[in-house]
Amino acid sequence: MKPPARKPIRDAVREAAIFRARAQVGFFLVCAVFAVLSGRYFYLQVLSHDEFTTRAENNRVKYRALAPNRGLIMDRHGVILADNRPAYRLELIPEQVPDLGETLVELGELLEISEADIQRFHKLRKARRSFQAVPLKLRLDEDQVARFAVDRHHFPGVDIVPYQTRVYPLGENLAHVVGYVGQLDADDLRSVDSGRYAATSHIGKIGLEQAYENMLHGEVGREKVETNVQGRILRSLDKTPAQPGHNLYLTIDSALQQLAMASLGDYTGAIVAIEPGSGEVLAMVSQPGYDPNAFVAGLSVADYQALINSSRRPLFNRALRGGYEPGSTIKPYMALAGLENGIIELDTVMMSRGYFQLPGQPRRYRDWKRGGHGEVDVVKALEESVNVFFFDLASKMGIDAIHDYLEQFGFGQPTGIDLNGEARGILPSRAWKRATMGEPWYPGETVIAGIGQGFNVTTPLQLAHAAAVLAARGESGQPHLVRHVGYEPATGDADHPVPRPATRISTTRSDHLEAVIDGMIAVVHGKRGSARAIAADKPPFVMAGKSGTAQVFGLAQDEEYVGDEVPRHLRDHALFVAFAPADEPSIALAVVVEHGGGGSTVAAPIARQLIDAHLGYGTEEIAAQ
Amino acid sequence: MNTAVAGIRFLRSVAARPMLDLPLVSALVATACFGLVVLYGASGEDSGTVLRQAVRLAIGLTSMTVIACLSPHHFRVWAPAFYALGLALLVLVAFLGEGRGAQRWLDLGIIRFQPSEILKLSLPMMLAWYMHRSSLPPGWRQLLVSLVIVAVPAVLIARQPDLGTAMLVATSGLFVVFLAGLSWRLITFFCVSAMALAPVLWHFMHDYQRGRVLTFLNPESDPLGSGWNIIQSKIAVGSGGLFGKGWMNSTQAHLEFLPERSTDFVLAVLAEEFGLLGVLLLFALYLYIIGRCLWLAGQAKDSFSRLLAGALGLTFFVYVMVNAGMISGLLPVVGVPLPLISYGGTSLISLLTSFGLIMSVYSHRRLLNRY
Repeated sequence: MKPPARKPIRDAVREAAIFRARAQVGFFLVCAVFAVLSGRYFYLQVLSHDEFTTRAENNRVKYRALAPNRGLIMDRHGVILADNRPAYRLELIPEQVPDLGETLVELGELLEISEADIQRFHKLRKARRSFQAVPLKLRLDEDQVARFAVDRHHFPGVDIVPYQTRVYPLGENLAHVVGYVGQLDADDLRSVDSGRYAATSHIGKIGLEQAYENMLHGEVGREKVETNVQGRILRSLDKTPAQPGHNLYLTIDSALQQLAMASLGDYTGAIVAIEPGSGEVLAMVSQPGYDPNAFVAGLSVADYQALINSSRRPLFNRALRGGYEPGSTIKPYMALAGLENGIIELDTVMMSRGYFQLPGQPRRYRDWKRGGHGEVDVVKALEESVNVFFFDLASKMGIDAIHDYLEQFGFGQPTGIDLNGEARGILPSRAWKRATMGEPWYPGETVIAGIGQGFNVTTPLQLAHAAAVLAARGESGQPHLVRHVGYEPATGDADHPVPRPATRISTTRSDHLEAVIDGMIAVVHGKRGSARAIAADKPPFVMAGKSGTAQVFGLAQDEEYVGDEVPRHLRDHALFVAFAPADEPSIALAVVVEHGGGGSTVAAPIARQLIDAHLGYGTEEIAAQ
Repeated sequence: MNTAVAGIRFLRSVAARPMLDLPLVSALVATACFGLVVLYGASGEDSGTVLRQAVRLAIGLTSMTVIACLSPHHFRVWAPAFYALGLALLVLVAFLGEGRGAQRWLDLGIIRFQPSEILKLSLPMMLAWYMHRSSLPPGWRQLLVSLVIVAVPAVLIARQPDLGTAMLVATSGLFVVFLAGLSWRLITFFCVSAMALAPVLWHFMHDYQRGRVLTFLNPESDPLGSGWNIIQSKIAVGSGGLFGKGWMNSTQAHLEFLPERSTDFVLAVLAEEFGLLGVLLLFALYLYIIGRCLWLAGQAKDSFSRLLAGALGLTFFVYVMVNAGMISGLLPVVGVPLPLISYGGTSLISLLTSFGLIMSVYSHRRLLNRY
């Protein structure tokens, strides 16, 4: 009864109806899916819009710090002592360099990259993230820039970047004054505001560059930039430019400074010249100097070791930190102390027999002149540098009175010059000896203190400052190197960044002071003046001076010092302090020539030469008279 | 002589009756032109890109017109052979193919193409042909045969490996079965079995495929690696807002944060520049195109034409859904371009060809009654 198996008759109408029903279901599902998708896009684009806008902004907008230009340093006449010059450096972005080792080798072949450069590169690289640029070589010359430009496509992730580099045109002449900047390191970053230094590569390490870092640096700028996915900057959106640092206008006369440097020749030593009254430092020299430019690009370990280990100690600022026995240069202050303390009078005369003895003691304190100087008053005592006069004066005055009066000239304390690391020297007293050595004071120590020996230690800066105080008749400003800080040179009176206290000594009678100065004039111009040789040509001005000798090793009693027979490194240091013109001084200076022998023979001519230059007398003019 | 007469008769019939469905063509051209505008911005204002794509559009439209003029009868007759050709090429590509990491491309000297593209058309044709042979709705037997017809190319493509295309090809076949009227009971059974098989599928997946699924589930777990695309795409879409940043103002695209910005991720650029309104406009165009396709399919008088046209329309929808879902982070990243918009010739031309098929079905609906 079953129907035979055959192809069922097709019901076209039913099949079409099935299709339409299914198509409707399908279309309904399509609509449903589109509704879900629309909901999803509504959620992303409307409900979460703010969140994604922020994320899109964070994607593209980055902040970049802009380095300020460092302030320049100029001498009192506008000569540039520290300059910024455009230069190029080679930078690597480690992340973008496929094979760092090989790239360094290839760059080394192309651009003479030193081992020190590579060491520094690796050190810096560790401190930065792999997408940050790390400098490999600073100060590329034009030839190197051109060579790299040709081969640039071989070096992905390596680029040449323009920057400002610090240059010291006068090099070693001002190294000990201006100092230098060096690359900012981790230690520096701990002591500065890292935000302010975000774009800064160098910081003042020593000298004025360090002391005035805060003013020289300037304020960091900020730039809002749009970057692409590789972090490459496409355009600037907003910019707060960096504010350049202030310039320093110095008191230094760079011509005098260079002359002073040259005048020491191959001696080691120091010279400080100060304008009496104002305290402006005209020259401050420590010989030998060093090339500060080498520190900017970074010294190799070997070069640095060579500087450190040199027996001439070029990095040591003798003018600021060198401690020397003042020797006879202390006598003018001793004389004034004696007059003011009433130990001697202007007409006090003593007999010099060639030695001094404390009552009841066998030791003879000898004069430099065998047999003595005969009758000596205070002016003659200074002119001929009569030791016995000052032995007697000192022992009568006592060490504490000496200390109290000489302290007024600034001995035994920092002058407060605007450089860091100044030495304070030693101005001995009973209290000082007890505190530092735990020993009582012996009278014999007072005797030699009278001629600046024994415990006395002064810096060349202190010697110059004390001379300036005397030259200015008792009052002179704190020594300083910076006259003015600002974008333009000062007009009229220089305004100083900090008020500078003056050093003032107490004098009861002005003729005391003038007598001391007369004695110092006689040193140079007197018939028997110890430094009369430097005025043999009868200069057209009057100068005052005092020589001194700082002992390098002690002489036993009755031993004779014969300079020429002693090896140079054991010879005494030669000292000379001077000021000129004597009645209205415009320069006071201290010259220290290490192992120079006698103060009058080696140090005094240097002082004369500098005074000539400062007062505008060339050697020809003097010779013509 | 006879052929000449037949030719004249054919031309006369073309002139008498429009071969193209004007509303559908208008929607397609409008969408494609919108695409060109977006591409100009997405490519970084590169007119060369737009020009090349315009040329492809012209080729696609020509191909569509030619196909629309042919009778569906021819497609039905050639369907098995076309399907066999596709399979043969897939086997060939397994031995000779090339491509980065996956063998998908066949180099024929003049053109390089992916044989899987052929299956996107030939598989629904084959199934429509098969369904047309018996009365509908299909029973168990037809379902099993259909599954074999779907599975053979799907497995071959999946082994290339190109799981996304394999699933799309399989889906286009399954739409034929669905539209043919497979009972809801069997559909339910089928879906449950598919879900049960999912862990098995995971087992056979390549690492990069598993990675994509995992990334999809939690894109923030690897923001710079595999999650990058999804995150950047969502940022682009979300930052567009309601009205968009304006044409050519997509920062995500111009600053190159967005990958594949003129191809697979072009919708993110559209969403960023034209906002939700632009997206909804595009969705409306797509919805209209799909609806029109289904309506045109419903007008056909034979089941082959109906099933083929309907399945192609729904397949088009799946492309849109997968791409739009991927861009918005609803679906995993699969290499499916946005239909009619993404830069690239293969997808555009094959899509327009399939629309040609749909229009052929519609314009020949009365003629077919005679067969």
